[in-house]
Amino acid sequence: MTDPRELYQQVILEHNKKPRNFGKLEPCTHHAEGHNPLCGDQLDLTLIVEHGLVQEVKFQGSGCAIDVASASLMTQAVKGRPVAEAEAMAEQFRGMVRGELDPATQTPLLGKLVLFQGVKDLPSRVKCAVLPWATLHAALKGEAEASTE
Amino acid sequence: MTTTLQPLDIQAIRRDFPLLSRVFHGKPVVYLDSAVSGQMPLPVIERMSHYEREEHTNVHRGVSTLSQEATDRYEEAREKVRGFLGAASTREIVWTRGTTEALNLVAQSFGRMVVQEGDEILLSAMEHHANIVPWQMLAQEKGATIKVIPMNDAGELILDGLDELITARTKVLGLVHVSNVLGTINPVKEIIARAHAKGVPVVVDGAQAVPHLAVDVRDLDADFYAFSGHKLSGPTGIGVLYGKLAHLEAMPPWQGGGSMIRSVSWEKTTYMPAPGKFEAGTPPIAAAIGLGAALDYVQALGLDRIAAHEHELLAYATAKLSALPGLRVIGNAKEKASVLSFVVDGIHPHDMGSLLDGEGVVVRAGHHCAQPVMTRFCIPATTRASFAYFNTREEVDILVSAIQKAIELFK
Repeated sequence: MTDPRELYQQVILEHNKKPRNFGKLEPCTHHAEGHNPLCGDQLDLTLIVEHGLVQEVKFQGSGCAIDVASASLMTQAVKGRPVAEAEAMAEQFRGMVRGELDPATQTPLLGKLVLFQGVKDLPSRVKCAVLPWATLHAALKGEAEASTE
Repeated sequence: MTTTLQPLDIQAIRRDFPLLSRVFHGKPVVYLDSAVSGQMPLPVIERMSHYEREEHTNVHRGVSTLSQEATDRYEEAREKVRGFLGAASTREIVWTRGTTEALNLVAQSFGRMVVQEGDEILLSAMEHHANIVPWQMLAQEKGATIKVIPMNDAGELILDGLDELITARTKVLGLVHVSNVLGTINPVKEIIARAHAKGVPVVVDGAQAVPHLAVDVRDLDADFYAFSGHKLSGPTGIGVLYGKLAHLEAMPPWQGGGSMIRSVSWEKTTYMPAPGKFEAGTPPIAAAIGLGAALDYVQALGLDRIAAHEHELLAYATAKLSALPGLRVIGNAKEKASVLSFVVDGIHPHDMGSLLDGEGVVVRAGHHCAQPVMTRFCIPATTRASFAYFNTREEVDILVSAIQKAIELFK
């Protein structure tokens, strides 16, 4: 069992304190709200997608440090990427925090996001880390809401 | 004349709880989560194990010695509950799966009988979902309305307007005895008297009260009183609904099946008298006997001594936690049981919960199945430490230093 403390690395704490791309895009091309009903985490994600690229992405809402840092780092990671690649990242991220994909070899798109790999040892927190990505997936699919339970 | 209570021998008590010697993340466990579920002492575990090894069968069935023996033990447990609650008769003690099922039973059977379209159901602002949702379901079915007794910022019910809130249309009042989030001990006896003055029956959710204070349902004059075994050093899967016999006799059964009938034919089925008519199917027999053993255990320790010990821990912890920078205690009622909810600036309760877990400290983080309470205090969740008779000051110190570490990390 991992010490939960190991998850709270400086990068995560820093992004929690100063989230990047925080706010709301108006107008936007894609929008979804994410909820984690058990924790009360809420996330509002807006994107501008043009020519198949995620040109702009912002989020706002409230949640735990894992959720907020995950959202902040996600916006940085997907900005400027093709939609298909952002979707593939979402898949890899989900697989990694569920312990289904090995970050050493199976998540080539994630880059520094592998710092969330420790979440797999804290099953109760997986949904916190995944919420932003589930919301991104919903927004790109044109769904209004995403929920992780 | 004042009598001094002999304090509990905590170290001896702790030896009855094998779980307390476990280690998490290299740290000895500090179990401060008894409001989620109390730990079972060895005598309870052993009593249940003995039943399963040597006495296991069904109850109220057959003529075998074995079956009679199990029935006797099972009914003796009911008698223990009767004594524990100060009820007049075991006919007033209904076994349920827990508090939630007990409250659903009241809503579905009694509630359906007395609540009609346009009527009002009065609840307090600090109810657990278990004493909200069954009433909302009933209100929706009947076209009735839910009204709420408000509370102040300390987490105390505001009772000035109670007599106006209880109207001619109020058919039932649902009230939590001790708040699972705020720790508030509500003045149940006074509220019941005021409700009765207007002819309104009161359903008390006692899940968090019975582990901490002596309850006498006749002194309170409660119409219904519900609690769970597992919060009271007993097993999960067993709970109790106390109901005044006159109510139970008037109420229709709510689940049908074996055990609850007197006779069945295609033309007509007749039911057992209370409490039998509310107990369809095979009950959790070992759990009922286990709950009886748990009542023996806590009564041998003495509820007054338990209360004194827990109160001392609560006061100590409240003082220590309140001194931490950015920490705010949620729930500052004058009358409180040993439940301590808090939030810390800049640290989400779930992060706090995980970090405390890393220090071996088991607490609850979340909305505690009381989302309206979270909304009332404008917070998403709290971290909650709850103290039982086996906890120590040293464990409170470990909690405090673990919180301090988290504050330091998030600085």
